[in-house]
Amino acid sequence: MWPIFDYGRFVSIISSSDVYGVVWMRSLAQLHKMANLRVLVGVKRVIDYAVKIRVKPDNSGVVTDGVKHSMNPFCEIAMEEAVRLKEKKLAKEIIAVSCGPAQAQETIRTALAMGADRGIHVEVTGKSIDGDNNQTGQMTAALLDWPQATFASEVTKENDHLKVVREIDGGLETVKVTLPAVITADLRLNEPRYATLPNIMKAKKKKIAKHKAADFGVDLTPTLEVVGVEDPPVRQAGQKVESTEELVAKLKDSGVV
Amino acid sequence: MAMRRSHVIRYALEQYKSYRVPNAAQSLPSWYTKGTNGSLDSWSRCVHGSVALTQKKAGRVPLSSERFPQLKRGDFARVTDGDLQVFERLVPSRVLTEPGDIEGHNVDWSGTCRGAGQVLLRPKTTEEVSAILRYCNGRRLAAVPQGGNTGLVGGSVPVFDEVIISMSLMDKIISLDEISGVLVCQAGCVVDKINEALEPHGLMTPHILGSKGSCQIGGNISTNAGGLRMLRYGNLHGNVLGVEAVLANGDVLDCLSTLKKDNTGYDLKQLFIGSEGSLGVVTAASVLCPRIPGAVSVALLGCDSFAQVLQTYDAAKKMLQEILSAVEFMDRASMEVVQENLQLTCPLGAHRYYLLVETSGSNAAHDEEKLNSLLGHVMEKAMVDDGTVATEPSKVQSLWALRENVAVALRADGCVYKYDVTVPMSRFYDLVTDTRERVGSDATRVVGYGHLGESDIHLNVTCPQHSEDVFDALEPWVYDWVAKCKGSVSAEHGMGILKRDYLYHSNTGPAVLLMKQLKERMDPRGILNPYKIFPD
Repeated sequence: MWPIFDYGRFVSIISSSDVYGVVWMRSLAQLHKMANLRVLVGVKRVIDYAVKIRVKPDNSGVVTDGVKHSMNPFCEIAMEEAVRLKEKKLAKEIIAVSCGPAQAQETIRTALAMGADRGIHVEVTGKSIDGDNNQTGQMTAALLDWPQATFASEVTKENDHLKVVREIDGGLETVKVTLPAVITADLRLNEPRYATLPNIMKAKKKKIAKHKAADFGVDLTPTLEVVGVEDPPVRQAGQKVESTEELVAKLKDSGVV
Repeated sequence: MAMRRSHVIRYALEQYKSYRVPNAAQSLPSWYTKGTNGSLDSWSRCVHGSVALTQKKAGRVPLSSERFPQLKRGDFARVTDGDLQVFERLVPSRVLTEPGDIEGHNVDWSGTCRGAGQVLLRPKTTEEVSAILRYCNGRRLAAVPQGGNTGLVGGSVPVFDEVIISMSLMDKIISLDEISGVLVCQAGCVVDKINEALEPHGLMTPHILGSKGSCQIGGNISTNAGGLRMLRYGNLHGNVLGVEAVLANGDVLDCLSTLKKDNTGYDLKQLFIGSEGSLGVVTAASVLCPRIPGAVSVALLGCDSFAQVLQTYDAAKKMLQEILSAVEFMDRASMEVVQENLQLTCPLGAHRYYLLVETSGSNAAHDEEKLNSLLGHVMEKAMVDDGTVATEPSKVQSLWALRENVAVALRADGCVYKYDVTVPMSRFYDLVTDTRERVGSDATRVVGYGHLGESDIHLNVTCPQHSEDVFDALEPWVYDWVAKCKGSVSAEHGMGILKRDYLYHSNTGPAVLLMKQLKERMDPRGILNPYKIFPD
């Protein structure tokens, strides 16, 4: 559950739950043009994707202790998009937010090094891993009652709305969303930049505000219980055959043909 | 959905990261795919893939016997049907004679040396190797032991019709002692596979190199392979505790100790480390394996003068000390070649030189603090113009990929002349600048990259196809240059056949004489990997 910040009117680009980067943008449309958006990017600390995942012996979850974590690659993509908006002078300020344990601050620091101006850390204790739930963006849009454009592979500003090209199973879909809105990032939205040293140094001086979930009156009691986690079944070894005839014979033997 | 979404994401990310690496056939220029004498006509090797070359490719490479016409075939017997029958008895159903099966084993990885071997044997045990060699020695048949065939000096393929003894089926891990970290395994174990097996125990091989997906430990030992973490873990002379080898006459020499300390007589295993299969065939080894570091960080730094590079290296040694595990160097040309030929992304802009600094330790916080103070220091003192740092495994791998794939990327240019030399650190890059001046626009590219920590530079010159002009401009000039500053003409690649003429550039007469005497004593009939290492 993401706590709701009351900043008045919002333009939001939110990435879905634990998979996509989350970005909210604040619109000061009453006083300024669209060019002065403030962007809030959700960044989540997840197990690094190059790490081999191991299931705990008691099947209660995956091993997270001592395992390398990093920013969710989709959050990096969302961050990159926010930074590009700022570079195009469409956004004024980028704020990175993360709900997680104390180490989530490292993830926020990475976001700061990529170009965020300041960070917000909401301390949420207890285990948290990438659940691949694809819910955060959609749920936030529903709670805020804002339109949503998910799986964005291209975001362009047009007058007072955003044109978003979405990746769907059948191909690409282009939608128009008025602001405020929720957008979730997909793989081909952009290629995130590496944080370079000067920016890493600057990031050390940027502020990260710390909060607890209780500060917002949010109840974190889980309503979902993980009953078990298992490895996928081991892939069976194949068999090599010497000739087409042998292949046909084996296929017939196994009843496949 | 059959696959879990997280698997789809991970798969998609891998594809995303790699989909920018094009299918070679689609993006290579036409002159490359047409292929002429000496050039490569297809990209049959992916980064971590197998070493097998297509027959078509193999067919385009000139035979070594033609390329080196002054080479005379030694006084060896030729393989007869009777020999084949005996081989079949010694290694049943593992005797290959079909040209299609053997071609890939007749050509080396760089596609410059092609032999005319007619027989490939695939033993599974030390006893089989012993029987093969006893027979070959008796019959006076020359033999080439072959591991992953990733060598870069033509040392792993026949020159004429030598019998190829492939160690690939000897890939068993014999034992692992977790407490002492000593691994005992057969010589045909692929380094990547060894690391996979060691990983659950928190151990890794002491050496790692770009060809880890294909190279075998026996070959690494036989060539005293250096690699990317030698700065920290030392070389194989120190990390190999024991070797089991079969001598030319078939005798099995069991020096397979697992002891870290054993000063009882002459250290015979050292004879087989780096002697390129000429004194015996390594069949098993015991290796001291270090612990996988709990925290690895990589910093990629951009410098615009070589003086800055040396200053940074010095600062890294002083401020990182025991956690420093690698210092690798790349010049702008080598960064360009991975960007152009493999579409990899460089996180930094264009700089004249790049340094990849790796730290390995047991405590991430401790290492980060040291690394951050180093980075702050080098930025402040303007030793470095730009840089990036990574601690996440995925990013660490991406940064390493830039350095590890230079050799692979260079191959796409066509013909590559490779030089791997140790020079004084103050003159580390001078060889590259001088070479660039010397070959001028005749070459596509002149690149220099390598292990700054050991002052080992890999000079590579590429051309679309073999060019006599460029080749004559390079050899023996490069080797003379190195000899003049008392360097090594082959830092880690070995001599093989390609560098044998320059043995005296880095060794005195009496030294080479003693080497020859040792060879004659251990292999009187000269059947083991002939024509290599020594000039005529």
